[in-house]
Amino acid sequence: MIVAERKPLDDIIEMLGGQGKVLAVGCGTCVAVCFAGGKKEVEMLASSLRMSTNLKGNKLEVDETSVQRQCEAEYLEVLDERVKDYDAIVSLGCGVGVQYLAERFPEKRIIPALDTKFMGGPTEAGVWEERCQGCGSCVLGITGGVCPISRCAKQLMNGPCGGSKHGHCEIDEDVPCAWQKIWESMEKLGRLDELMQVSAPKDWSTSRDGGPRRVVRDDIRTPKTEDS
Amino acid sequence: MAMQQAIENTEEKGRALKAGSNLERVLAAGHFAVTGELEPPKSHDADIVRKRGKVVEECLDAANITDNQTAIVRMSSIGSALLIKDSGLEPVIQITCRDRNRLAMQADLLGAAAHGIKNVLCLSGDHQSFGNHPGAKNVHDIDSMQLIRMIKDMRDESRFQCGEEIPGGGPRFFIGAAANPFADPLELRPHRLAKKVAAGADFVQTQLVYDMDQFRKYMAKVVDMGLHEKVSILAGVGPLKSTGMARYMRDKVPGMMVPDIFVDRMADAVKGIDKDDKAAKQEAWRAEGIKICIEQCLEMKEIEGVAGVHIMAIGWETAVRPIVEGAGLMPRPKVD
Repeated sequence: MIVAERKPLDDIIEMLGGQGKVLAVGCGTCVAVCFAGGKKEVEMLASSLRMSTNLKGNKLEVDETSVQRQCEAEYLEVLDERVKDYDAIVSLGCGVGVQYLAERFPEKRIIPALDTKFMGGPTEAGVWEERCQGCGSCVLGITGGVCPISRCAKQLMNGPCGGSKHGHCEIDEDVPCAWQKIWESMEKLGRLDELMQVSAPKDWSTSRDGGPRRVVRDDIRTPKTEDS
Repeated sequence: MAMQQAIENTEEKGRALKAGSNLERVLAAGHFAVTGELEPPKSHDADIVRKRGKVVEECLDAANITDNQTAIVRMSSIGSALLIKDSGLEPVIQITCRDRNRLAMQADLLGAAAHGIKNVLCLSGDHQSFGNHPGAKNVHDIDSMQLIRMIKDMRDESRFQCGEEIPGGGPRFFIGAAANPFADPLELRPHRLAKKVAAGADFVQTQLVYDMDQFRKYMAKVVDMGLHEKVSILAGVGPLKSTGMARYMRDKVPGMMVPDIFVDRMADAVKGIDKDDKAAKQEAWRAEGIKICIEQCLEMKEIEGVAGVHIMAIGWETAVRPIVEGAGLMPRPKVD
């Protein structure tokens, strides 16, 4: 899932300029699962914004709603009429959701309430960890199911480096060494000999380096007659 | 036809010397090599570099010039290397994968070769979070293993990393790699060295060694695997400066194993000295640090597969001469 974390309240108020009629919009998908932008979090943010109006002299009028998914236009249709009454929309979606709202309602100010962190999952209650950077060319099949791109601080393809100690990374004792995990995993699989091969430089052209990436599936795509 | 000729020339050179640097010649002649490390200043002051070079000039076969070591911005490795080279000390430039992508690395290698630099050490680089620009974006386009292979292919195949031919032949470098015998998992370390050899490393400089027992175990495995015949291994040594430093390296520095005996020896060295007499304490510590380092160099000479020592006395260049002299490694050989 996409994991996000809410921005500090004061930052959100500052972006709103402390005034106006505001609609806070939650999202029922990834950010709801990681307790950052679901219905409950929208309620909490909206009431905090209202309280700030009472306590700090802000002039915010705040309503709240939630959609099932902010990152698909058809789920935003329900907001078409409603947003007309507001000066600004506060999105509790991930960065994708915020942009889909901005595209659908270009005449409204869209304020992001979350910082989108990464693609990952929970490792224990209240802790989420990165597992994928969307490099566009998955290597998990040759690294024992552990991703060195998202989990090694140096994105090594031939690790571990000299900073691996007691199974953790030199940058932080709370960060497991990805390459130690890869090594252990490949050992269990009886595939250690594969790690002895020098892996070639990665082709990053499938990664973030070339502007926004697209996936096109002609078998699903609706043929466009007026495509120019 | 020209291509065939080029390959034959390359093969001929390959049988003789790969780059023809002083370090390579010293090692090829079978001498116990001595390299060291120079840290460029956090300024553009050329005199500082020249002075640091001058202090160690007669004691080393070549000096590594660090590349933004510990992720702190300093004068560039190549820029500093040219300064010491001009004054007569052979440089080993260092390249980290943290700061440059494959385009910048290859461009720098061509530039360095054009200026007559013949040794290069390939490193991943200390993580930027340890340095003075923790908000910097790290590159890691390729890793140190791939960097070694890239420089080897440039030299031996006259090819850029993309496969394109380098007009007029590739730059000829004596290729170095780092090895840490003390990082986890320990049993993997000789295999990782084997991988660096397979990638194309000609020489290896190890992490600072203090735990001689562990290092002996590592070298025994390395010799058992026959790696010492394919690559020249220079053992990293360095003088301890104080009890505090010994303790810090034992407890805090990732990938470092310092036995208690050295911490105790440093503590014992200042016993009986008034604790406020800082000058006397420093002198006693430094004498003991140099003494330990000399003992280690002497032990290294006896370990099978060790082809030399790499002395890391960062910020304390004046320690190098007494260490090299004390270990009976002066004068340095002149090999044509």
